[in-house]
Amino acid sequence: MKVRLQRELFDTAAEAEALSRGRPDIGAVVTFTGLCRGDENGKPIAALTLEHYPGMAEEEISRHVAEAERRWPLLGVTVIHRYGRMEPGDPIVLVVTASAHRQAAFEAAEFLMDYLKTQAPFWKREERPDGGRWVDAKAEDDAAAERWNR
Amino acid sequence: MKVLYFAWIRERVGKPEEVVEPPPEVTTVGELAAWLSQRGEEYAHAFANPQAVRAAIDRAHVKPGAAIAGAREIAFFPPMTGG
Repeated sequence: MKVRLQRELFDTAAEAEALSRGRPDIGAVVTFTGLCRGDENGKPIAALTLEHYPGMAEEEISRHVAEAERRWPLLGVTVIHRYGRMEPGDPIVLVVTASAHRQAAFEAAEFLMDYLKTQAPFWKREERPDGGRWVDAKAEDDAAAERWNR
Repeated sequence: MKVLYFAWIRERVGKPEEVVEPPPEVTTVGELAAWLSQRGEEYAHAFANPQAVRAAIDRAHVKPGAAIAGAREIAFFPPMTGG
């Protein structure tokens, strides 16, 4: 398990390659990259600034990775979450999951993203031409995380 | 105990963290939030809507009824918007 928080950009291809290199037991690698969009609810934004709770963010993500490893036969997981200021097109979050067969890798990546959205202590503030505001949590994100409890 | 604030709760309170000594009758996270909200206008504003405030004790999510006895670090923040 690799969990990293950083201000810097990350390299999706390099992270996926690092997870599977020299591992002939791995037959599937899924990568999810979340990007900063140029609009929020149809209104253009100039940038997002992500605030996080240092210490808890790493611990909370690690707890969910451990839970994913309990639920699926994973052979490797990497999660990188950025903080600080990002502009449209910039990557924010990376989840890489590896397994022998694709289903576990697909499902675990989706599970991790659903939990990152609602449980990892990060808060987005949007910058707009007319000022800034904190992004509201979305009910559909809560619903997406909740379905894993059923 | 140390109390941390994040996002708009931090902005409204006007500081990222502080050390507080609540009286002994304050035993839960929800009671701590109510006690803090009486410390001044900025706190009242930050904690005006208890539904919009989440909490963690020693870096783990908790519900408002969680006991604060023995806590080293209690954080208050809005619902999370990461990912």
